[in-house]
Amino acid sequence: MKTAMTALVLGLAFSGAQAAEIWVTNEKDDTISVIDIDTLEVTRTIPTGERPRGIIFSHDYSVVYICASDSDSVQVMDPETGRILHDLPSGEDPEQFALHPDNRHLYIANEDDAITTVVDVETRTVVSQISVGIEPEGMAVSPDGRIAITTSETTNMAHWIDTDTQKIFANSLVGSRPRHAEFPKGGTEMWVSSEIGGTVAVFDTATQKQKAKISFEVQGVHDDRVQPVGFEFTEGDTHAFVALGPSNHVAVVNAETYEVEDYILVGRRVWHMAFSPDKSLLFTTNGVSGDVTVIDVAAREAIKSIKVGRFPWGAALRP
Amino acid sequence: MLKHYLAASTLAIAMATALPAAATEIAIGYLRAEQPAPPVLSNLRPDPADLGIAGAQAGLADTRTTGQFLGHDYTLDVVSVPPGGDVLGAARAALGSSRLLLLDAPADTVLAIADLPEAQGALLFNVAAPDPVLRDAECRANVLHTVASTAMRTDALIQVLLAKRWTDIVAVAGAHEADSAFMDALDRSAGKFGLKIGKRKIWAFDADMRRAASTEVPLFTQDLGDYDVLLVADELDDFGEYILYNTWRPRPVAGSVGMTPQTWSPALEQWGAVQLQERFRDTSGRDMQPEDYAAWAALRSIGEAVTRTGFAAPDALRAYILSDEFELDGFKGRPLSYRGWNGQLRQPIPVVHPRALVALAPVEGFLHQVNELDTLGLDAPEVDCTAFGD
Repeated sequence: MKTAMTALVLGLAFSGAQAAEIWVTNEKDDTISVIDIDTLEVTRTIPTGERPRGIIFSHDYSVVYICASDSDSVQVMDPETGRILHDLPSGEDPEQFALHPDNRHLYIANEDDAITTVVDVETRTVVSQISVGIEPEGMAVSPDGRIAITTSETTNMAHWIDTDTQKIFANSLVGSRPRHAEFPKGGTEMWVSSEIGGTVAVFDTATQKQKAKISFEVQGVHDDRVQPVGFEFTEGDTHAFVALGPSNHVAVVNAETYEVEDYILVGRRVWHMAFSPDKSLLFTTNGVSGDVTVIDVAAREAIKSIKVGRFPWGAALRP
Repeated sequence: MLKHYLAASTLAIAMATALPAAATEIAIGYLRAEQPAPPVLSNLRPDPADLGIAGAQAGLADTRTTGQFLGHDYTLDVVSVPPGGDVLGAARAALGSSRLLLLDAPADTVLAIADLPEAQGALLFNVAAPDPVLRDAECRANVLHTVASTAMRTDALIQVLLAKRWTDIVAVAGAHEADSAFMDALDRSAGKFGLKIGKRKIWAFDADMRRAASTEVPLFTQDLGDYDVLLVADELDDFGEYILYNTWRPRPVAGSVGMTPQTWSPALEQWGAVQLQERFRDTSGRDMQPEDYAAWAALRSIGEAVTRTGFAAPDALRAYILSDEFELDGFKGRPLSYRGWNGQLRQPIPVVHPRALVALAPVEGFLHQVNELDTLGLDAPEVDCTAFGD
């Protein structure tokens, strides 16, 4: 309750009347469920294009971008009204994307086309298309904006893209079906999760060399079912919370030692996640059980599950 | 096994360093022994002409994309021998140009090719013959199997029946050899999981059932009595379709029709499968069939082994493929690997109806001391295969 109060106060401070929210895309309902962080309840459901997956807010939170995969578009929505303002040219089957620190360039993985599309959100034009491996999925841009990463699920690589030239300058082989990428610790490291490989690889950004590989072991679950997908870092990037898919657990990884410290039981087939503004609460999307688990980050405990739409996939914070 | 792999990779490293660095070329062959199609009642769904081959081509495209980032160049040479043609001659020629060869042929042809002097030291992939004996007494060290064995499929089906508690089982089998083989496998699987198939009948009609099914089948199935599920063994898709909805009692049908265990199905969409289905549809203009999947998996296995090791020699690839290191993303929710005791690709078996997945085997609760996937098909202690021993 105390955490919720803090979140509420924070939310008020940021945006006046409205509490902070978690926006969840429901892949098979073509909707977004909006969760109020104060009450931990769904306050509204917003229709989207077909098969919404990746979701991010602009850095000023004035618009929200949604990958409507089967509509072959990235939709731009006004978060106040829930109205679609316009679509961006995204290439076919956009799945995940990352917004450059300049708040202007979206890097979009086009899953069916083996392409990464770079879109200028102001002019609404495609700046560049980069050929990558089969089934591009994870996308990340380094905090300094100089490097973009695309992971390709069938090629099993992380492609390092120079954002000045829009060309690949390195390829790193990783475990099977790489899903998600992040640049923690000020961009000095780059992490990639491999769903079928069952590992998270840690790269040194400067050299693109792998410096660690994290494995997981959930008691009572066969290794094959432990499938890392989405992950996020706690305050100060000291720990990573890693969604482990059909093992129905989230792992807590020490980001200094790369050791797994805890496993938290959540809903079925956990995909992605988002933190509350003060990072005291974590919200995970559970695809198969159709709900969102709320984790108390300090206690490392699941405290509530919230029913949302069918096959919740992406999650994003609106402070 | 790991020791073997290490020895092979050391060899390969020695070879690689002796040669100038260049783009590696990986030549893969696909040999099909065309089979005469037996007559069936329905003329609606003939097999596509590129069955299997289209799967190999899809696997080649997936593998080539990876190769372009690593300097690996893959080629696929397809040879199709008409019924009655000289398959062994074609196999000799194919092995002369590529030491990695996919075989789309019946079991006896697979064995004859595997035993050719030209095939020694080559790596063959059986992508079509489901016969358990190829994974058992007649296993060959140079043959890996990407198509699921009949035993894997029937084990999957029986697991699903058990999970549903449909344990009172009757059966109707066709008169073809493949039908009795499937029926034998069903009996074996039922016994393995503590069930027994009760009353059974042989389908021996020769009337055209498109006109008479609604009147013939109820009578034919009337004396089966009461039961939970009717299994149909009709591996040639001859009469099975006409059993559905025409049985005397309103009961579900499974086996070769109705709810079927498959290596692959166009109905799969989870685990990223929809991406593979769409890629396949885009390039071939039709749905991906189990035969296509088996060929696709063989190409991808070769590609994965070349990608991870950087070698192209068959012995190095075989050693890596059979090692614990190997894992293939087969769009079935778990990593696929090969059984070290008989070279069978270890894989989940979807149990489907034509429009959707019913369950993915291994079904939850069927446990195994090493890998749950090994609850499907022939497990290490029960096979009589020495070719894979160390």
